[in-house]
Amino acid sequence: MSGLLDRHIGFVEALREAGLAVSLAEDLDALTALQSVTWDSREVVRTAYAATLVKRQAQRPTFDSLFDLWFPRLVGDGAATDAAEADEDSDAGTVRDSGEALQEFRDELLEALITNEEDRLRQLAGEAVGRFGAMPGRAEGESSWSSYAAMKRVDPDGLVFALMQALLASGEGDEESARATANGRAEAFTRLAEGDARRRIAEQKGPEHVARIAVRPTIDRIDFINARRGELADMRREIYPLARRLATRLTQEHHARRRGPLDFRRTVRASISTGGVPLTTHHKPKRPHRTELVVLCDVSGSVANFAQFTLLLVFALREQFAGMRAFTFVDTVHEVTSYFRPGADPVDVLADLGASASQAALWGRTNYGRAFTKFQDEYAAALGPKSSLLILGDARSNYSDLALPALREMADSARHAWWLNPESSRQWGTGDSAAREYAELVPMVECRNLTQLAEFVHDIL
Amino acid sequence: MTSAWFSSPDTAAKSLGEAGYLADEATATTAYLAGALEKPLLVEGPAGVGKTELAKAVARATGAELVRLQCYEGLDEARALYEWNYKKQLLRIQAAGDQAWEETHDDIFTDEFLLTRPLLTAIRRSEPTVLLVDEVDKTDVEVEGLLLEVLSDFQVTIPELGTVAAVRRPFVVLTSNATRELSEAVKRRCLYLHLDYPDAEREREIVLSQVPGVEDTLAAQLVEFVGRMRALELKKSPSIAESVDWARTLVALQIGSLDEAAVARTLGVVLKHASDHDRAVRELKLAASRS
Repeated sequence: MSGLLDRHIGFVEALREAGLAVSLAEDLDALTALQSVTWDSREVVRTAYAATLVKRQAQRPTFDSLFDLWFPRLVGDGAATDAAEADEDSDAGTVRDSGEALQEFRDELLEALITNEEDRLRQLAGEAVGRFGAMPGRAEGESSWSSYAAMKRVDPDGLVFALMQALLASGEGDEESARATANGRAEAFTRLAEGDARRRIAEQKGPEHVARIAVRPTIDRIDFINARRGELADMRREIYPLARRLATRLTQEHHARRRGPLDFRRTVRASISTGGVPLTTHHKPKRPHRTELVVLCDVSGSVANFAQFTLLLVFALREQFAGMRAFTFVDTVHEVTSYFRPGADPVDVLADLGASASQAALWGRTNYGRAFTKFQDEYAAALGPKSSLLILGDARSNYSDLALPALREMADSARHAWWLNPESSRQWGTGDSAAREYAELVPMVECRNLTQLAEFVHDIL
Repeated sequence: MTSAWFSSPDTAAKSLGEAGYLADEATATTAYLAGALEKPLLVEGPAGVGKTELAKAVARATGAELVRLQCYEGLDEARALYEWNYKKQLLRIQAAGDQAWEETHDDIFTDEFLLTRPLLTAIRRSEPTVLLVDEVDKTDVEVEGLLLEVLSDFQVTIPELGTVAAVRRPFVVLTSNATRELSEAVKRRCLYLHLDYPDAEREREIVLSQVPGVEDTLAAQLVEFVGRMRALELKKSPSIAESVDWARTLVALQIGSLDEAAVARTLGVVLKHASDHDRAVRELKLAASRS
């Protein structure tokens, strides 16, 4: 039991390190929960842990990958593949990994993918890493298993077409749905293999080691600048729910301080029914203060994603503003307000924005100074005492003229001005970053991930 | 350790199934744990995946009574916990005539004048009770503080009557759409379950069990189609409730097979945003032209 307890404590420690706030009470709850379930199914144990320790769905992927590390499905190659391995070895010592063996394996995999038996696929994923993902001869301390190498050899994506044909032949739906299913299954297989490689590495080096490098932060904490493509898509899906959450929170907070000054007239009139005693007072509603928002964003390659997310989020919250105008720039300014039609599809808007980025560039090198001067020349009227200015960008201006007076003029003419910088504040002012200079004119806020973005948008409203 | 609610995860799954709720393994296990540990169960997930239904099913499966507290903005103690029936108290004072105040005072703060609201009702019941606190994210933060006392000790202090402790701990289910992050304190006291869209197999079973008269093949087609819509980037993905509604619509219209015309005619049942509608039509038309 003591070994089990150590493992439990190690697991909880790792969860804390990965950013899940597991309290002592929850820790104890988990142990009570584990005592009241039987240990014959790994999934039951996983559920018991999840129910007591994970209180936010965004943390679930982190939890799952850590759980797989601390409570692996099997150890080494396990019992399941032993027979096959013995077989192989007796045939000819070293042909565990040969062209022929690979072909054989792929045939087997295709069959398993067609029937989609989860246990079989899991086993094959383990086998794939064990046979084709081994990287022998690497120095002590370097990982000796690679799911990447294994998947390159096995190439499940190459099986998609054959799988699709097989699915069509069995009469399951039309071509499009068969393609989707086939892709989904191949992807699932790759994920299984990745998990297995992690498990093997964890076995060699201890789960703590792998936990530190293989576990990605939750989606709302990934930096805009470093996000991978798949993560960007996930983030985009988050924007709309995020906007809805923010809007609800804002309405609630506004309602909480809705009572304005006393409405004398209504109070007196209402008091007539209670014999002239003003039992209930009536108040004038507080008029919410709404500004016109002017967003000016850098859409050059390095920060394009960040600009798009922020634009989408701000746009999704447009009811909170009296109006909104959006401009993009690289080295010249281009107005993009017209892309944000009410009720427009966010994916379309992003595509349009991407296409219009070329109109914001004359030479294609970011030049903040030129963009600000140009803005003052053409759109100075957009800024007034009722409008707020929001600038998005990393303030990396390729050592060009910063046009500080132009920015000062802009900031002065607007009611409020903010600058959101997707770079970590440690990097401000390094290299060609003019963040320090600009920050003196316009308050600059670090905004690296969705959480920070949501906080900022909430605070300015 | 045997629980008054379910004796094991498997029996939980089975009895929930008999009550008309097809629970997956995680849901059944968590429901069992909530009963075994006597802790409140916080259920989160998108709208229409059966969060409220889970509480109702637990009540049906265990023969307990359901007490429901629907949360909304501005919900206060008087609506959630208890209130004194002051009109009746006034009548009592007027009727007392020249009775001494001390006597009247003792009279008017008794059970007779107490209006119990859901939370107190659930605590005072001696029979098995399922307490459903629905859409807890809609309440104000103050109500959360109130819930804390009730959920951790299952007792309520009424100054005039003293402390009322639960005779029998109710099975508490809190549901939330996650429009607002609940406080850590509430979350810590609860078990957590995230309900998501089910896999195709389970959804088909749900549709078949919820909608009598739907053909097996039609249900499979429908579920597959809904699954494809969920893969699109929509503002609101269709949930189980929408799948079931769609199946009902198709049965009512006597459409036996889900072809393109049928989809076009009934898509409004599933997608409730104009832009989602356009997007689905475009993407799925695209699919049609490619094949």
